[in-house]
Amino acid sequence: MEKTEIKLMKGNEAIAHAAVRYGCDGYFGYPITPQSEILETLENLQPWDTTGMVVLQAESEVASINMVYGGAATGKAVMTSSSSPGISLMQEGISYIAAGELPCLIVNVMRGGPGLGTIHPSQADYFQAVKGGGHGDYHLIVLAPATVQEMADFVGLGFDLAFKYRTPAMILADGIVGQMMEKVVLPPFRKRRTEEEIATQCPWAVTGNPANRKPNVMTTLELDSEIMEVNNERFQATYRLIEQNAVRYEEYFTDDAEYLIVAFGSVARICLKAIEEAREKGIRIGLLRPITLWPFPTDRLEQLSKTIKGTLVVELNAGQMIEDVRLATHDRVPTYHFGRLGGIVPDPKEVYDAFISHFPQ
Amino acid sequence: MTPEDIKQPENLVCTKPRLLNDTHMHYCGGCSHGVVHRLVAEVLDEMNQADNVIGIAPVGCAVFAYKYIDIDWIEAAHGRAPAVATAASRLNPSRLVFTYQGDGDLAAIGTAETIHAANRGENITIIFINNAIYGMTGGQMAPTTLEGMRTSTTPYGRRVDLNGYPLTITPILASLPGTCYVTRQAVHTPAAVAKTKRALRQAFENTLAKKGTSVVEIVGTCNSGWKMSPEKANNGMVDNMFAAYPPGDLKTPQD
Repeated sequence: MEKTEIKLMKGNEAIAHAAVRYGCDGYFGYPITPQSEILETLENLQPWDTTGMVVLQAESEVASINMVYGGAATGKAVMTSSSSPGISLMQEGISYIAAGELPCLIVNVMRGGPGLGTIHPSQADYFQAVKGGGHGDYHLIVLAPATVQEMADFVGLGFDLAFKYRTPAMILADGIVGQMMEKVVLPPFRKRRTEEEIATQCPWAVTGNPANRKPNVMTTLELDSEIMEVNNERFQATYRLIEQNAVRYEEYFTDDAEYLIVAFGSVARICLKAIEEAREKGIRIGLLRPITLWPFPTDRLEQLSKTIKGTLVVELNAGQMIEDVRLATHDRVPTYHFGRLGGIVPDPKEVYDAFISHFPQ
Repeated sequence: MTPEDIKQPENLVCTKPRLLNDTHMHYCGGCSHGVVHRLVAEVLDEMNQADNVIGIAPVGCAVFAYKYIDIDWIEAAHGRAPAVATAASRLNPSRLVFTYQGDGDLAAIGTAETIHAANRGENITIIFINNAIYGMTGGQMAPTTLEGMRTSTTPYGRRVDLNGYPLTITPILASLPGTCYVTRQAVHTPAAVAKTKRALRQAFENTLAKKGTSVVEIVGTCNSGWKMSPEKANNGMVDNMFAAYPPGDLKTPQD
């Protein structure tokens, strides 16, 4: 049996290694801090010599995402990565990929905005990631890793969900998980799919060989509004299916919790420290960490809201996920927000103090 | 000879290409697109590439190219066809990948993708229809609109002090080491059509031989946008367009 190998690396590096090991067919990206290590690691690994994976530094994020569109249209498992301003540039292409019902993986290692902003960690792209981002009615499956291990694991998970539901998936990481080094067990190597497997598993794929089928056309244009409405209804039916089946979250100390902190990504780990401190003082706080930001763990939050006295939502933004928390809990209990902006990361004491200021003990 | 005899296959001098769908095209009478579509369909069939080709359609008048030529297609966002083609080609290296783009798509919004795909020497063919106007959106100025030419956004004629100069992008592409074949053709006479067909075949052969990027510019007419009869548009093209965009090879493949 193969010995489990534990490596020490950055979250960004883990994503690159996991992509090669997953059997990813192609990566297309443009450098931007704080995620350039993904492209650098891939170029260093030279996977074109081993798995046959294509790695290409594109001329822009606009080109990157359209390369992803082109590759995904041919049935290949393709991905890109960027950070906030670059992801903004990609939004038109992401809308096309969603409208084309194409699977792909997009990684956003968020930095502080708006504008050119800062290169430091942020979670201010929550709205953009979970509410659509580009034009038209669509959703991405959004995964929020809190550890380097999850950075590695969510590559495969993201691709699997994307192919299962034929929709783009996004890893919405923050600069902390991208840059920090942790222990990680990399996933095992899988073979890239063969041309025959792609033709069988993805009958819609534009493979260029319609010898045994009618030609496939990947287009998002439909001038007949009646048909376009039917297309939209099909997209929405997929989103309802995803909402029913793909929700993931993690919770701590919720059995006896009187209060709840909701936080995602690396911030959830800071909150957990604050909660441990509070529990030592007898304050019973629980933590809900949404792993899928879309679909959001709405049902679980609603359940919890029936037994708690209040909720604090902690984010590296001015209050974005709090809107989904309030929708889920119907404002049944007081819900407050604590956030740091512009690339500042709070320490556990700040979170604890924020909690006490809203819920004096 | 009866009409039935005339219809016999051996008596036909011209048939609809096998790869051209039996669909009414939306192109205006006199437009160059229909001729070029036919040539692409003919050449692909003659080269036995129907089961080995991916076409990338643009945004512009040719957006529905995928409805007319019966092959696998990807319809790209405006200007991004060369990026889409880059991935399609690199991930499917045995396929013949080509883009079909207009002047706005290729030389305005998509300039970066065009130049960088060509500069990387992607093994693709770029078919570039230059009719100096935005046809689909109703006749606005294109990057290739000639100085003095009237369009709906240059109603008094293109002024270089206001609108800049017409962009001759094909010589720029010819200057890049990544391109192996850059030619400019037209389809206004039977002789020109025959030359364009040869150019398309040459480009597709280069792509299959992985020689780099091939660019076939086809100077075309847009009689609706130019507000001319098809005949006048053809004559106007020869008189005015050819001065700025003279037909001929700009770069030929080195063996």
